[in-house]
Amino acid sequence: MTATAPPRSAPEAGPSGGKSAGGGRLRLRVPTKLRQIGLPYLLLLPALALELLIHIVPMVFGIVISFKKLTLFYISHWNQAPWANFDNYHTAIKFNQPVGQALLHSFWVTCAFTVLSVGLSWLIGTAAAILMQDSFRGRALLRAIFLVPYALPVYAAVITWTFMFQQDTGLVNHVLHDQLHLTSNKPFWLIGDNSFWALLTVSVWKSWPFAFLALMAGLQNIPRELYEAAAMDGAGIWQQIRRITMPSLRPVNQVLVLVLFLWTFNDFNTPYVMFGQSAPKQADLISIHIYQSSFVTWNFGSGSAMSVLLLLFLLVVTAVYLLLTSRRRSDADA
Amino acid sequence: MPMLRTPEQASPMASPKSFIWTRRIVLTLLLLFVLTPVYVMLSSSLKSLQDVQGSFKWIPSSFSYHPYIDIWKTVPLAHYFLNSLIVSVSATVFSVAVAIFAAYGVSRYRFPGRRIFTVTVLSTQMFPGILFLLPLYLIFVNIGNNTGIHLQGSRLGLIITYLTFSLPFSIWMLVGYFDSIPRDLDEAAKVDGCGPFGALFRVVVPAAVPGIVAVCVYAFMTAWGEVLFASVMTNSSTRTLAVGLREYATQNDVYWNQVMAASLVVSVPVVAGFLLLQRYLVAGLTAGAVK
Repeated sequence: MTATAPPRSAPEAGPSGGKSAGGGRLRLRVPTKLRQIGLPYLLLLPALALELLIHIVPMVFGIVISFKKLTLFYISHWNQAPWANFDNYHTAIKFNQPVGQALLHSFWVTCAFTVLSVGLSWLIGTAAAILMQDSFRGRALLRAIFLVPYALPVYAAVITWTFMFQQDTGLVNHVLHDQLHLTSNKPFWLIGDNSFWALLTVSVWKSWPFAFLALMAGLQNIPRELYEAAAMDGAGIWQQIRRITMPSLRPVNQVLVLVLFLWTFNDFNTPYVMFGQSAPKQADLISIHIYQSSFVTWNFGSGSAMSVLLLLFLLVVTAVYLLLTSRRRSDADA
Repeated sequence: MPMLRTPEQASPMASPKSFIWTRRIVLTLLLLFVLTPVYVMLSSSLKSLQDVQGSFKWIPSSFSYHPYIDIWKTVPLAHYFLNSLIVSVSATVFSVAVAIFAAYGVSRYRFPGRRIFTVTVLSTQMFPGILFLLPLYLIFVNIGNNTGIHLQGSRLGLIITYLTFSLPFSIWMLVGYFDSIPRDLDEAAKVDGCGPFGALFRVVVPAAVPGIVAVCVYAFMTAWGEVLFASVMTNSSTRTLAVGLREYATQNDVYWNQVMAASLVVSVPVVAGFLLLQRYLVAGLTAGAVK
């Protein structure tokens, strides 16, 4: 950047000349000031417009159509669809009727799936991050390898797992049945009860690297002196992990667990690539359930009502979680 | 800027045997868990059709490069590839451009609504995709019927949708990077006669190149791997890899060797990009969790 003088002094550069200026100068000033106030909004405008178009407006619109009887017939002229009041919601939460029953079942499956997947991903991520805190030979390479599941396109990874779970040609049955002789015959993994465990395996494989990443970064922020002081007091490595590492990771964990929860609960890609549009009952996650009741039966009204219920549930869980964890954090700080 | 390469920050005590053995065992098991699918993908892609139709074999009985040739003929993979490339590159370019402006605004100015903006944008990241998939589909269909702009089933609609997916994280990451660039630098540029945009493009952007590259990789990965919206918003001529490959793998008679070869081919660009730039990406991706 050269220090050549600008041809016209910028308003910030020459405030001294302002007082002696005449009325012409004052007229110019107002728009300049307006421009300065407006500038940050102008910078945000494209992002805001896009978020509005793709996220906010459709969401509001989704709430509106959850009160409409919107079937295939009305799709291209949705404003003519009749109002349904709370019918869509009634259908969704009548748990003794088939639709409500299926939704409730899907909800419980998703809850169990999420708790197990988040718990295991967090556990593996924490273990790996703590074990790799000290440097050792091959650490950088190992870390790069551990990031591969995160970097792979979801569908490529899940398709590979689908191949591994094939009943007759897959690796899983080859190892369990042919090599270890653990099962008397080759079980099916993509239909029936086993499909839940197959889905869980893939989900954990895919999401633990993110936990690992976040926790690795969190470990960098723990001051070295803490460990030195603990070592001088005679604390062994396991005690250091329990007394220093785990408490220091609490803020990271607060965000991490929430993010993992939301991602896993809303996961559509994994079951969709594994099972297609109709997941087996045992692995019928909520996203795919709603997708199916909207795009397979073309009943958008009830699909939207289910989506709104899902959103409400997630908002409540998130709010309660943040409230509880923040209070505990401030208690701990006090 | 949080960097992850500081092995000096390890705990100072010499690790006891029990710790070292735990480390060896746990990390070996994890390595097997992580790499098994990668090995299956690679080895099966080099097998003959006979080999993948019988019981699984760890070692191919013969190596064949034919799957890598056949994939381009059995399905229009090149066509899917091109669609994915057009959509992902366009979404990346626009998303990063939009994110640079927004991040500059958030990082350099204090204005009413600043916090609401960041919170709103970030929270859209957490909403279930299924929630706005249905309404967005209807909006696109109706825009097409009323104005003739085809968003539903077109690449344009997919590009616009995908660019908003990576936008929140991109803005968040870039705000972090821009904050770490001293404000004195752009003040100096302004004294030299640059306007706010001059300061952005001559000072801030050049100084934030690693962050911008990381955001590009992230945006590209997001678009390249998206399945849900692609499955609804594409037709046979705009189909992306996500949908095409899934259909390839769910036919009645699946050529698994070809499917594995195709999976490997579509994975290589993103995995390579990610691993090359992981240092910057990791710093950005985890910045929020660490703060």
